[in-house]
Amino acid sequence: MTLGALNYSDLSVGKKLAIKYFTVAMVLFLAQMLFGLLAAWQFIAPDFLFGFLDFNVNRMVHINAMVVWLLYGFIGSIFWLIEDESGVPLVGAKIAEATFWVLTVAVVIVVLVYLFVQSGPGETATLWLINEGREYIEAPRWADIGIVVCMVAIFYNVLATFLKGQWSGISGVLVLDLIALAGLYLCGMFYTTNLPVDQYWWWWVIHLWVEATWEVLVGCIMAWGLIKTLGARRKIVTTWLYIEVALMFGSGILGLGHHYFWIGTPEYWLGIGGFFSALEPIPLVAMVVHSVYDAGKHAFRSNNHPALAWLIAHAFGNFFGAGVWGFMQTLPQINLYTHGTQWASSHGHLAFFGAYVTIVVAFIYLALQKLRGDVWMSGGLVDQGRKWKWALVLTHVGMVGMTIALLIAGYEQSFVERAVGGSTWQAYFEGQMRPWFVEAMWWRMAFGVLMTVGVVLLLWDFLTIGAKETKPMLEVKSLDEAHEDVQVGEVGVAAQS
Amino acid sequence: MAESYESQWWVSESFWRKCAIFITAGMALVLVVLTFHTLYAIGAGADAGRVPAYSVINYRIDYVPDEERGHLVPEIGPMVPLFGEVMSEEEAKALVNHGKLTVQAKNCMNCHTLLGNGAYYAPDLTKAWLDPGWGNEQARELLMTMFLKDPVTNARTFGTNRKMPNQDLTDDEVRGVIAYLKWMSAIDTNGFPANFETLPQDGPVYEPPSEASEEGAS
Repeated sequence: MTLGALNYSDLSVGKKLAIKYFTVAMVLFLAQMLFGLLAAWQFIAPDFLFGFLDFNVNRMVHINAMVVWLLYGFIGSIFWLIEDESGVPLVGAKIAEATFWVLTVAVVIVVLVYLFVQSGPGETATLWLINEGREYIEAPRWADIGIVVCMVAIFYNVLATFLKGQWSGISGVLVLDLIALAGLYLCGMFYTTNLPVDQYWWWWVIHLWVEATWEVLVGCIMAWGLIKTLGARRKIVTTWLYIEVALMFGSGILGLGHHYFWIGTPEYWLGIGGFFSALEPIPLVAMVVHSVYDAGKHAFRSNNHPALAWLIAHAFGNFFGAGVWGFMQTLPQINLYTHGTQWASSHGHLAFFGAYVTIVVAFIYLALQKLRGDVWMSGGLVDQGRKWKWALVLTHVGMVGMTIALLIAGYEQSFVERAVGGSTWQAYFEGQMRPWFVEAMWWRMAFGVLMTVGVVLLLWDFLTIGAKETKPMLEVKSLDEAHEDVQVGEVGVAAQS
Repeated sequence: MAESYESQWWVSESFWRKCAIFITAGMALVLVVLTFHTLYAIGAGADAGRVPAYSVINYRIDYVPDEERGHLVPEIGPMVPLFGEVMSEEEAKALVNHGKLTVQAKNCMNCHTLLGNGAYYAPDLTKAWLDPGWGNEQARELLMTMFLKDPVTNARTFGTNRKMPNQDLTDDEVRGVIAYLKWMSAIDTNGFPANFETLPQDGPVYEPPSEASEEGAS
């Protein structure tokens, strides 16, 4: 390993694979930004690309690119940590390599079909070959089957590696969570005429992914990241992970009910969904307490400042984006007027960014440090860390700006279209024409551009960070090792909070 | 500082591991039980009355206040068949199904919302069949057909200039989409959307051909 150079060939097979997944993820991240900007501009100038690249196409690519790149980020993270965590080399490396290429080629074909074929006649064949027409899981059925096959292969890699090596609390949770995550995807793979039945199962995929299994998955990644960057004690981190799983699934599984208020499902979902989804922020508070406490406990003495900064950003972003922004509109009395307005869009933007983008970015910084030969990434970088700090600031200011703009638009829409206008088509358009809405769309556009600048800077930093460093990585003293020196009572406080 | 915190049961790994397992299993079990009940209750034409049979498109559908429940609910009125044709349950289902396939194949959900779910670039379709913008009951089917066949020329953007692109729908697809929207408007959505005022529906109702006139015709 050479400090500062790209040590790709020195990496283990799992870590090489992780770098590949991260690379594709970042390309798709840029695509997500680009198509988001196109869709945002169409709100301002509806004739832009009209009849050529319509809003529904841009919006579909925007959200699909996001789902896929986050999954790529998660898979990359798992392949990155699995060998360290299990203590053995990745089992089934050839299968894992083949899976990566199959999955990537499939993603490219799906995107090309989205862009150049776009839609088809109202027949089953269209759903199989072009587009399933269901938000977030638009991928045609052939691709669904391919995705499931790839997920089974990846699951084999993960399970076989841990079976050969050692188990830990983190890997146990990870494996069980992956079963649930992959299994849930099957719920989105059928067609029915009955729209309420359709949406009932559709939410099993969407909600039980982003509000349950994905959250637990990032809980595992967070736990591992805290051990790596800070040297946090494994026992405490693992106990917290179990607490988070209990709270997350305890609230999130029945929190699913908040999607069953208005789709034809029985009235008892109003109470169940309202109650349990109101509890959903609690595990997110726990995660904030846990990560901030750990960081403070170690006096922010981390071996990877950018990664730790993004981990902390994740804790707060998850709490505000998923927790607070979700809670604001989760009670049915409020949701009746906010459902299907820009409120949801405001929540979606901040939640996906805060909960998931941040942690994948943090993990990529961890990986890059190793790729650069375990180079110095704490304070006092060669460029004073300007790039990563500015990227962090610009992406966050851009995202928060968009979120606030969309929230203002959502408020106005709830009043004008929903409460006063009664949700007719005319009321909808009246809502879209008021200055509060129109100006919010301009602000969203401006902050979207700002965020894109931040993302470009971030990618530039990914390519260059550590390249000119000459110092080796800061050794963080693991509290597992230091435990003997520390007063027992003092450590116990960590568990208490 | 008497006993170490770490020896307490409430900070032990094993206690929280058990909590995680049992809470997750318990919640999942409750969800599975509720799922069985919900799926039973939302079958098309099920006794619960939440999701109508597809042949509801043979009837006039309205959306009226319910004193007891405190919100608007769908009301099935006298026979006013879609396109003037009385359909059997199978025929109606086939037509609604064609409409739903078309709505998915054309990716409508990435501009519109259906039952409030989707994208926010175009109006919600939950009660599109009942929208006052169609004028009156007699004009509605013709206006909907014209709009779906040529949404650019027949756009009503209320000054926003946000038009629907032409989806090149066939006549059968147009009929299917309209049937699907009519059926959708009869789903009991617990009062979503609120405060919705429907278009006037006071046109002629369907009179089954009497025995005498059938004889006369033959």
